[in-house]
Amino acid sequence: MSLDFLLEIGTEEIPHWMIPGALAQLSKLDLLSAAARVDATPRRLVVEASNLPDRTPDRAEIVKGPPVSSGEKAALGFAKKQGVDPSQVKQAGNYYELHKTTPGRLAIDILAESLPAAILALQWPKTMYWTGGKTGPRFIRPIRWIVALLGDQVIPFEIAGVKSGNVTRGHRILGSSSIPVTTANYQSELRKNFVILSSHERRHKIESEASKLDAKIDADLLETLTFITEFPTAIRGNFDSAYLELPAEVLTEVMRHHQKYFAVESAPNRLAPHFVAVMNTSGDPDGLVQSGNEKVLRARFNDARFFWNVDQHKKLIHRGDDLAKVTFQAKLGSYLEKTNRIVELVKELGGNAHAQRAAELCKCDLTTEMVKEFTDLQGIVGGLYAKEQGEPKAVAQAIYEHYQPLSMEDSIPETREGQIVALADKLDTLRGCFSVGLVPTGSKDPFALRRAAQGVVKILVEAKLDYYLDQLATGELREFLTERIQHYFREVRGFKYDEVNAVLKVGISTLKDVEDRLRQIADVRPTPNFEPLAASFKRINNILKQAAFADDHAAVDTALLEPGPEKDLYEEYSSLAASAPLTQVADLRPTVDKYFDKVMVNVDDQNVRRNRLSMLSQMLRKFSTIADFSEIVTSGDQKS
Amino acid sequence: MDSYQDTVLKLKHYWADRGAIIQEPYDVEVGAGTMCPETFLRVLGKKPYKVAYVQPSRRPADGRYGENPNRLYKHQQLQVILKPSPNDVLEQYLGSLAAIGIDLSKHDIKFEEDNWESPTLGAWGIGWQVMLDGLEITQFTYFQQCGGIDLDLVPAEITYGLERISSFLQGVNSVYDMQWAPGVKYADVRLADELQFSVYNFEMANIDRLWRLLGEHEAECKELLAQYEKYPDKSRFPVLATYDQVLKCSQLFNLLDARGAISVTERVGVIKRVRDLAVGTARLWALQQEAAA
Repeated sequence: MSLDFLLEIGTEEIPHWMIPGALAQLSKLDLLSAAARVDATPRRLVVEASNLPDRTPDRAEIVKGPPVSSGEKAALGFAKKQGVDPSQVKQAGNYYELHKTTPGRLAIDILAESLPAAILALQWPKTMYWTGGKTGPRFIRPIRWIVALLGDQVIPFEIAGVKSGNVTRGHRILGSSSIPVTTANYQSELRKNFVILSSHERRHKIESEASKLDAKIDADLLETLTFITEFPTAIRGNFDSAYLELPAEVLTEVMRHHQKYFAVESAPNRLAPHFVAVMNTSGDPDGLVQSGNEKVLRARFNDARFFWNVDQHKKLIHRGDDLAKVTFQAKLGSYLEKTNRIVELVKELGGNAHAQRAAELCKCDLTTEMVKEFTDLQGIVGGLYAKEQGEPKAVAQAIYEHYQPLSMEDSIPETREGQIVALADKLDTLRGCFSVGLVPTGSKDPFALRRAAQGVVKILVEAKLDYYLDQLATGELREFLTERIQHYFREVRGFKYDEVNAVLKVGISTLKDVEDRLRQIADVRPTPNFEPLAASFKRINNILKQAAFADDHAAVDTALLEPGPEKDLYEEYSSLAASAPLTQVADLRPTVDKYFDKVMVNVDDQNVRRNRLSMLSQMLRKFSTIADFSEIVTSGDQKS
Repeated sequence: MDSYQDTVLKLKHYWADRGAIIQEPYDVEVGAGTMCPETFLRVLGKKPYKVAYVQPSRRPADGRYGENPNRLYKHQQLQVILKPSPNDVLEQYLGSLAAIGIDLSKHDIKFEEDNWESPTLGAWGIGWQVMLDGLEITQFTYFQQCGGIDLDLVPAEITYGLERISSFLQGVNSVYDMQWAPGVKYADVRLADELQFSVYNFEMANIDRLWRLLGEHEAECKELLAQYEKYPDKSRFPVLATYDQVLKCSQLFNLLDARGAISVTERVGVIKRVRDLAVGTARLWALQQEAAA
């Protein structure tokens, strides 16, 4: 018989951003080989499945016993140990054996045993306890009810004092708080009680309703709203168009991050005096929700306008001294000190007058009321104020974008001035923190140095800046940046890890150069000669290593070269320029192969041997300016 | 339409009907109802407790000279502690909103993640901000730790922002226009308070003296903390008075902060000083309760 399965973990409201992770874990729930279908609202995590067996099959096995030669006493002992009557033990050849049938178990029993532990084993970013003291069960929020059904039976278990059953709850306000369900009618009963279980459907409902109200759909916000509602309904509200004189960045920040509203645009990048809010209810018949949200937004915008006006009383350029009171980091001094360092660094990096001016002003917005209230707008507010206060456009733009890139996906500053200020700011943070021992360890990175380093790498590569890495960082910091360089080229740019290793192994001058060399490797990689040649280079490396040959400048005595494969190889690689394209280097392959086929390096004649080692070393060095080919993983490596 | 005091009285009644002791505000300045001994100390240990009280909460840095319609130097919180938290605590909370006249079927209510943490008290909890039509009206927290001590019985703390809720119910745009009592506006009762304390907190409080006072209260607190161990009759030991010294320090810290007298660097250090006192006092309270049990 095959049965349907339903598990609903009823909780108090789970933080929206944790739900997808929990569902991914639940989809792997062990349900006697049936595939789990998962979904959730803020108040319920749900697993459904079909075609579960009602029991596991009986299992027949043959248990081998002692040899017949060990006598009947041994047979009795064997029977006792297996817990069977001695008459069941049979002779088979020279051994006793037992044909045993382990009966299958009822699926409901197996699930009743496994589910509680599986539920409590879900991993969450932060958990709480709420009953049974500090040794009590931990979960993301209190579990208040559990529906667990297999076919028409309740799978009986208990977690945190809550017994499983067949009774669910509807929407907090619009639904019943006690709804008996079956596996068949579960979702439709929920719907009758104003719960749309399907997150896909909720997302779609929000998106289509909000779009009809001209909302500019923001993907992150859409996801958030999908998981903070059980029955989402979009409504539109309005605000006084006088607020549109505030910058769109500020208005959008207030709407999106503080109030979780979609902005409405009258034309691309032109805000209209409306917003779209998503309620967790079915409608707003009296317009109370709309007017309530409008009032809240008005107060928020008033605050923003108040901050804007207050901030204009003191121009950015006059806020330098205030920065002395804002600590950057205890051991690294104030933001004024940091600013001075950034300015110097921008000069060192060859930044123009606009870049230097931007560097001088870039942190001044930290003392504004606007940034104190809307911290995510740091930099952006500075840029807006700079523009308002008559700074040149390039200066304002550089301030505006100097925190970019904020993530691997974020773009780098558009202007050269912005790129250089951003680079200087991040580099100063990195140098400073490393100099006082604030180095990220494991998952601990309180100053977000990985992000800063990633930003440095991204800017250097994508802006094609040709600073030498050695000029920017030394020692531990240089190593840290190298890790981020590896990470960047692998994860963001998709180069293979061995290619990245091969290129970095021979050194890093500028990142532009690293990128060029990587491209060459990636281009030549699929050609037939490349990997075999790389394998040969690796062999050469091993030969040199085994011979402890370290004379990097040994000359080759051509008189000692044997005519044939040895001389051929010498002549072929000598005729090739060190800077030859890699495809041409790869063409050495047949000659190299022939060499190893016919020539013995470790011969008795020490002069010849030394000369051969010198030649191999010379060839290796000559073609190792692009990459260390011995780092390339070839098919031969994988086999070994 | 209910006046502010009507709403407060209804809430008190609601929780009294559900077994809470209705306490009066604590008489030492605090930044939040959580800091009152009725919460901070009573949540420790294994004794169940239910209490509700209005607590005027002073946040010197939030003062706006009475000019901002939504920001106050001192606002009123209705603080409810249910220890341990009942299973239907959120339903009870929603019931309290209905009791003050909010028809939830006509409004949008959401529980949005907002975990509370007080570094100065060594306390944290898990919970939500409760949003009513986009307005935060309540902070709901399941306490997990207080004074650095893991709690035995997890209490639910419900903190109602009374001015916000009452402004919402009365439909006024400025808190100062809200009716406190029939014919008496919030401004009549509290505006002078807001203006004068903003002046004092931002302009006139003597910074050197505040630092000295902080040092004095800290010294008093430390001296008391050090005496508990050798004190013969534990039940007589003034843990509660020791805790008052912690509150004094915390308030002085807030004042210095509003005055712009604490740099970001110093901040961490001062917070730690106050936390050490809070943690020390919580420990003594727990010891004293055990000794009495």
